[in-house]
Amino acid sequence: MHENENKKIKCCCGENKKDEFMEKLFSQYQPIKDNLIQMLNEIQEHYGYVPMEAQKELSEFLSIPMAEIYGVVTFYSRFSLKPKGKYNVSVCLGTACFVKGSQKIMDRLQERLKIGPGETTKDGLFSIEETRCVGACGLAPVFTINGEVYGKATVQKLDEVLDGCFGDGDKKHLKK
Amino acid sequence: MENDLVSLTIDGQKIKTKKGTTILQAAKQAGIDIPTLCFLKDINEVGDCRMCIVEVEGRRGFATSCIQTVEEGMVVHTHTPNVLEARHIILDLIISNHSKDCLTCTRSGNCELQDLATKFNVLQVEFEGERTEHKIDDLSPSIVRDFNKCILCRRCVAACKNVQKIGAIDCINRGFESCISTVGDHSLNDVNCTNCGQCIEACPTGALHEKETIDDVWIKLKDPDTYVIAQTAPAVRVALGEEFEMPIGTNVTGKMVTSLKRLGFDKVFDTNTGADFTIMEEANEFIERFQENDNLPMITSCSPGWVKYIEMNYPELLPHLSTCKSPHQMFGALLKTYYAKKEGIDPEKIYVVSIMPCIAKKFERQRAEMKNDGLYDVDNVITTRELSRMIKQANIEFTKLEDGEFDSPMGEATGAGAIFGTTGGVMEAALRTAQDTLTGENLEKIEFTQVRGGDGIKKATVNIAGKDIKVVAASGLANAKEILEEIKSGKADYQFVEIMACPGGCVMGGGQPIKSSKIRSEIDVRKLRADALYSIDEKSTIRKSHENPVLKKIYKEYLEKPGSELAEKLLHTIYQKREKYNI
Repeated sequence: MHENENKKIKCCCGENKKDEFMEKLFSQYQPIKDNLIQMLNEIQEHYGYVPMEAQKELSEFLSIPMAEIYGVVTFYSRFSLKPKGKYNVSVCLGTACFVKGSQKIMDRLQERLKIGPGETTKDGLFSIEETRCVGACGLAPVFTINGEVYGKATVQKLDEVLDGCFGDGDKKHLKK
Repeated sequence: MENDLVSLTIDGQKIKTKKGTTILQAAKQAGIDIPTLCFLKDINEVGDCRMCIVEVEGRRGFATSCIQTVEEGMVVHTHTPNVLEARHIILDLIISNHSKDCLTCTRSGNCELQDLATKFNVLQVEFEGERTEHKIDDLSPSIVRDFNKCILCRRCVAACKNVQKIGAIDCINRGFESCISTVGDHSLNDVNCTNCGQCIEACPTGALHEKETIDDVWIKLKDPDTYVIAQTAPAVRVALGEEFEMPIGTNVTGKMVTSLKRLGFDKVFDTNTGADFTIMEEANEFIERFQENDNLPMITSCSPGWVKYIEMNYPELLPHLSTCKSPHQMFGALLKTYYAKKEGIDPEKIYVVSIMPCIAKKFERQRAEMKNDGLYDVDNVITTRELSRMIKQANIEFTKLEDGEFDSPMGEATGAGAIFGTTGGVMEAALRTAQDTLTGENLEKIEFTQVRGGDGIKKATVNIAGKDIKVVAASGLANAKEILEEIKSGKADYQFVEIMACPGGCVMGGGQPIKSSKIRSEIDVRKLRADALYSIDEKSTIRKSHENPVLKKIYKEYLEKPGSELAEKLLHTIYQKREKYNI
């Protein structure tokens, strides 16, 4: 018998079975290749990332090799392989924001949270992302938290918003 | 039809060609060669590297000739100063992110990038700066990936994903981080790779190569206590000569045997004899299953890439697989039992080296089932390419060697064994034995041409002993998939199926001499090698496995009869479901 016999595949999140969300997803889509990105989008939205197990199930459902799905997931910055934080802070490093000093905001963010872009803090509260233009160049420099845009940003403004996100502290600076 | 023709001018030559032809093809028809790098005919025609750019009058920028189709009145220039300069820059950019350790690269001398660099006289790479660094993946028993030598041409991806429909590798990450790798950047050993090695055959550089194991062979050859036996697969003898500048399809059996003896092997035997055993066992198994209508169609099991494929992808169809081991495994098992006993050699001191056109055999050899009394049937598998390296390292002038002969008593083989190396060959060989067994006669009709040729799927109905038997021979895993889907859905009414993992069969195996894109687009390599095998068969005095005197003797003295208890133990195997991804 081969040593791999009966070895269950486990993904990083420890899931072994299809969960309800995936079952529902598969009932909503035709198993055709064209649906890949849309389905990945839904998975990303639901879990906050694209778990390996979900990629595996999607690979079976759409008959697309896992390597190809993984290629798509790692190509688009929209998809992530690790769970994002409760507050996903994304700093625009597009031309306009960069010229207006968004790198300083990014540096401060990394300094405070002690993580790099694409990473999530251990307590799962924050994650950092780099983006290239969110279409709000008039407000440059810009950062967003969970999709909410904070324009004409400064290091002080970032600090204030971050302070508001910690624990049960004052969240008045965080947009609803 | 005149309407379907397009007139154009390439380098001053007026050409008429069919609509839909690419500029590259049209130029080739006119005898004009345009350099390519990512292009692999029928497999990867994507215009990725832009090495094949040309100038088209009245058009801005360059046209990528491998994907751009011809248009009426087009005027094309293939080597203007602009084109040459651009190609030079493209090459510079590719080389700037490529390992420059050609001296220690296994593909030196047979590298398409090196050839271009020489052609364009790239003496100094202009672009300096950060380089991507990748770890080397050598955990697979068959394939080593060194992506520091990868130029992202995607030929391997196309071979894996489109030709074989496996998709173990793809382009992952983005921009500077882009590389060809597996899901999660895991080792090839932990994903759905079947070890067929078609990626290696497709690679223009040294980014993909077989896991070389010749050092172990050298050590054993010099060890006086070890009895080292070589056995050579049918497809090796019609390709080995290519590594010594001999024409494709040259049969070098005699020189190969002499070179192996010179290298110091104690005995040199023919895997074709093993193939004859496979036929005896497989034909016997087929007749039994056919008469009892048991798990039909029966599918052949000689190709270890194919076996791994069905274990991973269609485990529910495993009962259809013949239980026969592949020829070299059968032969190895007999060498360490029957032969060892007969010659009075301690089987533990026997070291069997299989010389194969295949890298999946490196994996197969290590399977836990391929053991008998604690000893592996086969101790080392080296490819045609590795053997050629050993011959070169020993400084043997291969082309000047005299013809030698396989050692007896295990060296005699039939023509049926020889054609095992090509798609349709196993089927044909099995039918020869099956029809004689079923009719009890010695029939003269032994050529089953319906299952010959290069088509990926060859279906035929053969009448044996008054019964129609529907057979199909498929090569390449995409074609295998098609047949398996038919069987799964209940649409298939075949009784006997032959499947080989590599398109064209073993002659085009992942361990065979690597042919450049240019050769592959101009010459039908498969046909030349396969023809050489059929010619060996034709010239053989014995062309049916069951008439091989060696077999007759061994069955009489040792195995009793095909399918006997001992034969089951030594010559048959079991399969199991295998996970595609162990990540």
